[in-house]
Amino acid sequence: MRRPSSPGSLWHAVAAAADRSRRSLWGAEASVELAELSERSSLGDGRDALCGRSVLLATVDQLIATLALIELDGVARRIVLCPPDLPPEHIDFVIAVAEIDACVVDRAGPPAHAERVGCVIACYPETRPAALATGDGVPTEWVLLTSGTTGLPKLVAHNFATLTAPIQLGGPLAQPAVWSTFYDIRRYGGLQILLRALLGGGSMVLSSTHEPVGEFLCRAARHGITHVSGTPSHWRRALMSPAARHIDPRYVRLSGEIADQAILDRLTAFFPRAGIAHAFASTEAGVAFEVGDGRAGFPAQLIGQPGAVVEMKVVEGSLRIRSPRTALGYLGGDDAPLAAPDGFVDTGDMVEQRGERCFFVGRMGGIINVGGQKVHPEEVEAVINTHPSVDMVVVRSRRSPITGAIAVADVVLKDGFRPDADAEMLKRDIVAFCRRALPAHKVPGVIRFVPSLDVTGAGKLARR
Amino acid sequence: MTDLSSTPGTGKFMSIDALITAQFEQVAQEQNKTLAALQPETMLIESGLDSLCMAIIVARLEDMLGVDPFTAAEDVDFPVTFGDFVKFYENAATK
Repeated sequence: MRRPSSPGSLWHAVAAAADRSRRSLWGAEASVELAELSERSSLGDGRDALCGRSVLLATVDQLIATLALIELDGVARRIVLCPPDLPPEHIDFVIAVAEIDACVVDRAGPPAHAERVGCVIACYPETRPAALATGDGVPTEWVLLTSGTTGLPKLVAHNFATLTAPIQLGGPLAQPAVWSTFYDIRRYGGLQILLRALLGGGSMVLSSTHEPVGEFLCRAARHGITHVSGTPSHWRRALMSPAARHIDPRYVRLSGEIADQAILDRLTAFFPRAGIAHAFASTEAGVAFEVGDGRAGFPAQLIGQPGAVVEMKVVEGSLRIRSPRTALGYLGGDDAPLAAPDGFVDTGDMVEQRGERCFFVGRMGGIINVGGQKVHPEEVEAVINTHPSVDMVVVRSRRSPITGAIAVADVVLKDGFRPDADAEMLKRDIVAFCRRALPAHKVPGVIRFVPSLDVTGAGKLARR
Repeated sequence: MTDLSSTPGTGKFMSIDALITAQFEQVAQEQNKTLAALQPETMLIESGLDSLCMAIIVARLEDMLGVDPFTAAEDVDFPVTFGDFVKFYENAATK
């Protein structure tokens, strides 16, 4: 058995925690107490076989993925965190680019690609006694997948240092916290929460891909969660569930999408005892900042501060970031470099300054061109989300033979609004509501009422 | 009047002519435009609606009638008057 000797590894961070006795990781189907992990293993003898390898972490279960991460950081050469919704046709690409030579699976059984990898090790939530031995820790590369524009995923390389650089221990982390997140921990946003729980002395309730949001909230409530994170889309869905009443968090965090004023106000009203914070982060750029004043946008003074840990600048409208938290690079040579030669990562998120505040207005590639005038879907959504009858909305581009494109909106109405004969009236009201806040070309030309909207595996509104 | 279509939400049947007239009126109202009196010979360019209004009308008519003659048309003259516009849709809807 090899244990990493480097203190800069996840296992060391967990093992070094003074009091692990009352700390747990709760999965949807099993749970593990952190105290178990110093003398027991979930990989068993398999861990030796994974030493120095490039490992595809392909478990279905998030708890098992977490246990494997704790054991393999500092042992494996590389760990690719495979999200559960990775399309099977992309697996070969990931295996080739990341030079995968081993695979960790859960007891759901080896996946179809297991044969191509050679070494397949099963990981279990039931830990087994394991002899402790220290080895020479290797600096493990952690690889996260993001959806690329060509359809193939991009492989973003981090390590323990870049991933944990945003985490400041002490402060609110000093209290024993029970963390949870709607994110999968194999996404950057979810991984940040897992690392906060593990490094900050807390416990964590892990979500599960196919678990309905109401059941997850009930499970989270049973374990007394105190800190919860998710995207604005996750939160809009959660607030539609009656089970949202069961949780009583002290800290509610939003990231991954633009937090508009409507969702911040709804969360503030719903969780009056919680601090509501929205963070800006991306898998490539890392966590940039967190805003806790309950207002959309962020202070303009954050931009252009020389010598700040996180340096930010806006070039041609898009936010660029340089910090010790940014990723090391992409794996595979075909993509443009992750960062410019000066180290700044272009986030592709468009920023607009209004007075002392900066606001995210949308994605660089997401602009709708209405007869030559630009529309960011997100800014229209931010307006429609404040309409009293609206729960969720997505604004899309629709091809037009007259103007090239127009903006159209698919709207989910709040519970209790069941438009039948009044549907046309309500559509006109939403159009008039937009017209008061937006120039004509940004007002959706067609509004449809839909029962629900798709959210991607990354927790973001599905825009296509 | 060659075709009858149900107007979503009203349950009533309207002629294509009436349906188009209603859309012109509604979009003009939504976009704060003053709509000219719609006669068959009214020039579209003088109807009081801009290209954004026309784009919205074409999209909504496609949802109601299932046709977009502007996209479907090949080598067909695009309508110039309101009467042309109605015929354009009537022809497309009967194909």
